[in-house]
Amino acid sequence: MENKTFYNEILTDHNLHPGHKHALDDANMVMEGVNPSCGDDIFLNLKVENGIIADGSFQGDGCAISQASADMMLDLIIGKTKEEALELSDIFLRMIKGEASEDELELLEEASVLKDISHMPARVKCAVLGWHTLGEMIKN
Amino acid sequence: MCREQQAGSRCDNKRSEFAPQTEERFAAQGAEIRKDFPIFNIPGENSGQIVYLDNAATSQKPHCVIEAERKFYERENANPLRGLYSLAEEATREYEEARKTVADFIGADDSSEIIFTRNATEGLNLAAYCLTELLLKEGDEIAVSIMEHHSNLLPWQQAARHAGASLKFIECDKNGVITDEAFEAAISEKTKILAMTHISNVLGCKNDLKKYSDFCRDRGIILVADGAQSVPHIPVNVKELGVDFLSFSGHKMFGPMGIGVLYGRKSLLEQMPPFLCGGEMIESVTRESAVYAQIPHKFEAGTVNAAGAAALAEAVRYIKKTGFDTIQERERCLTEFAMKRMKQIPGVNIIGSPDAALHNGIISFTLEGVHPHDTASILDADRIGVRAGHHCAQPLLAHLGIPSCTRVSLAFYNTCEEIELFADSLSQIRRKMGYGE
Ligand SMILES: Cc1ncc(COP(=O)(O)O)c(C=O)c1O
Repeated sequence: MENKTFYNEILTDHNLHPGHKHALDDANMVMEGVNPSCGDDIFLNLKVENGIIADGSFQGDGCAISQASADMMLDLIIGKTKEEALELSDIFLRMIKGEASEDELELLEEASVLKDISHMPARVKCAVLGWHTLGEMIKN
Repeated sequence: MCREQQAGSRCDNKRSEFAPQTEERFAAQGAEIRKDFPIFNIPGENSGQIVYLDNAATSQKPHCVIEAERKFYERENANPLRGLYSLAEEATREYEEARKTVADFIGADDSSEIIFTRNATEGLNLAAYCLTELLLKEGDEIAVSIMEHHSNLLPWQQAARHAGASLKFIECDKNGVITDEAFEAAISEKTKILAMTHISNVLGCKNDLKKYSDFCRDRGIILVADGAQSVPHIPVNVKELGVDFLSFSGHKMFGPMGIGVLYGRKSLLEQMPPFLCGGEMIESVTRESAVYAQIPHKFEAGTVNAAGAAALAEAVRYIKKTGFDTIQERERCLTEFAMKRMKQIPGVNIIGSPDAALHNGIISFTLEGVHPHDTASILDADRIGVRAGHHCAQPLLAHLGIPSCTRVSLAFYNTCEEIELFADSLSQIRRKMGYGE
């Protein structure tokens, strides 16, 4: 039951004051991600130029974990290549399963605060929603 | 604490004289009751007890129920209704006695009107499937209330699809009240079946089944009631209510999981075709056809859950021993206290009636700016178990305009102390989520 400190400042701040929650008129990739268990429903918008994620945003509703996770993800991937973003997504998903190394966690920066979500199995889907949507979007 | 919340309730009469004793008595009674439940008494320092406020999802089980299930397997285990030797006869006797105990408990005329199922859901599916075969025709209508659990909605959606019938919804207001106009708007000469819950698992409100059964009887409409949330908490008598079917689950009434009950009116059960087919439900079988057993066995195909039935009968005896007067008094006091404390917390919005007496231990709420799943997770960090989500009643939540909510559901073994812990934890959540005071 180690979730006492789970809703920490980083997470609540991204939830209450997301930097990337807005429309993105010149997006050229848009995808919806849904997590039926919490009713989380987000749209991920990316503007990709020459293989680089030049800009990105998300919209939609959901629990604090899904919202904060998507916002932290966008902080991380804007300015990266599609391949780098995929790699980060892979690390994030492995972190949730407890399979990422310390060095890898550092690459995730703030998003690593979600590491302990594995103690709350019912909420894992919320944390991975944005990342999962990103992976689907880039791979297809 | 419990002294104040009894305002307006029966306990109130004695308040000036006996208030302190009443409060102490309430706490002492709670402590005594909790001794019956092993889960509240797990030894060892790590037991860090959970505050269990999710009783509408499933109740806790007293020791005697757990023992009854165990006793069946230890001493009486054989396949009931099959073997010709004494052990199998003993198992059969135990199983059929359980049926009688349940029949008496809900006031059925005859134990052949009691069909053992796995849970409330299975009973409602049985009723929907068999009634469709028996009487539903193209163009007929089925009326259901908008507050139904998916278990009393989806079987009727299927029934309507199979028969070419249509579903009509009986709307309720935000407190769960169904007006006569709303009811009658959903009923026509084509209505063959009315499916309605006794107590809503989201709003906690109680529907007046007696009034509806009187209405239905005059028009030849069959009333299928969902008793999942009522049978564990209030006295339910199928004769007095006048319902044709009543389905409920053992696990919500202090019995084990995997056993449930469908009461059906004998004359209907006798006419209905079987639900599942196979062993145990036949008189004789030839290559092409079969003669089915009499009711209730016609509806109990395959090896039955005899241990579950025996333990359910023990749960019924436990309820009777505790007494519905005690159960109802405690649950009413706890509900009043919980609602009073919740109303004091900024941002808490209670769904349904503002009157605690109309909640039957079920209090759903939202917390402004906080997703219900986050609310539940933060309460869980304080070891408080509540339910969050759509509560298997999505059409109701859509009707109320609420995407999802958190639900506290109480049972007679809960205590005022637990409600204090819950209210304290709840009052911290908005701050934890970064909102100013
Ligand atoms: C009103 C109501 N009906 C039906 C059910 C279904 O019960 P079960 O899952 O035991 O079949 C529930 C409980 O979840 C309920 O609250």
